[in-house]
Amino acid sequence: MKVKYFAWVRERVGKAEETIEPPATVRTVEELIAWLSGRSEAYAYAFEKPKVIRAAIDHAHVKSDAAIAGAREIAFFPPMTGG
Amino acid sequence: MTSPATTGPVTIRIQEDDFDIAREIALLTRSRTDIGAVVSFSGICRGDEDSAKIAALTLEHYPGMAEEEIKRHVDEATTRWPLNGVTVIHRVGRFMPGQNIVLVLTASQHRQAAFQAAEFLMDYLKTSAPFWKKEESATGTGWVEAHARDDEAAARWTKP
Repeated sequence: MKVKYFAWVRERVGKAEETIEPPATVRTVEELIAWLSGRSEAYAYAFEKPKVIRAAIDHAHVKSDAAIAGAREIAFFPPMTGG
Repeated sequence: MTSPATTGPVTIRIQEDDFDIAREIALLTRSRTDIGAVVSFSGICRGDEDSAKIAALTLEHYPGMAEEEIKRHVDEATTRWPLNGVTVIHRVGRFMPGQNIVLVLTASQHRQAAFQAAEFLMDYLKTSAPFWKKEESATGTGWVEAHARDDEAAARWTKP
């Protein structure tokens, strides 16, 4: 699946997007955040406050307990500040 | 989702270029005599935030989702109010104080629907459309934090 990062999450991870293949045991957004956090210090820093992070699956907002099965694109970003 | 009741044009654009408010209103209302009210909201880059001077703002967005998320809220607005047309233009890029950032136009037969729909759309643009602001000031550069007051403003539309 494709993963995208925006704003300070993108800056901390150090990339705007990538393709990942998490193990089958990673089933929810929350579990994916935990799995990504274990990859390096950069990810751990980006996701140090997981409750602050917002997520979207295939362009729709989701909660942290949302299942990631079948997702084509998952995005992580801080609370939005547009308008 | 209920199919939108709007009988007028819906325009959603995300662009770097500035917009011309008079031109956008003319486009929304041309050749029509059923519209009795157009409400226009423009969001403008401020020169200060909590007494700190701002040199510039940079707007980042999530292409694809931003348009879809705005469309979802425009569709909801058209089911809640009798609208004859909606225009939402959100700019991205780097802005200096005084420059336009966002435009919302709502057209209806009567003013109340147009006022309320414009406010509804702006409340959701601030809290749920994927845009992020980065501020440049004399003390450095940093991402703008979300305000609880914006969440509260959006939440009032879901109260019974």
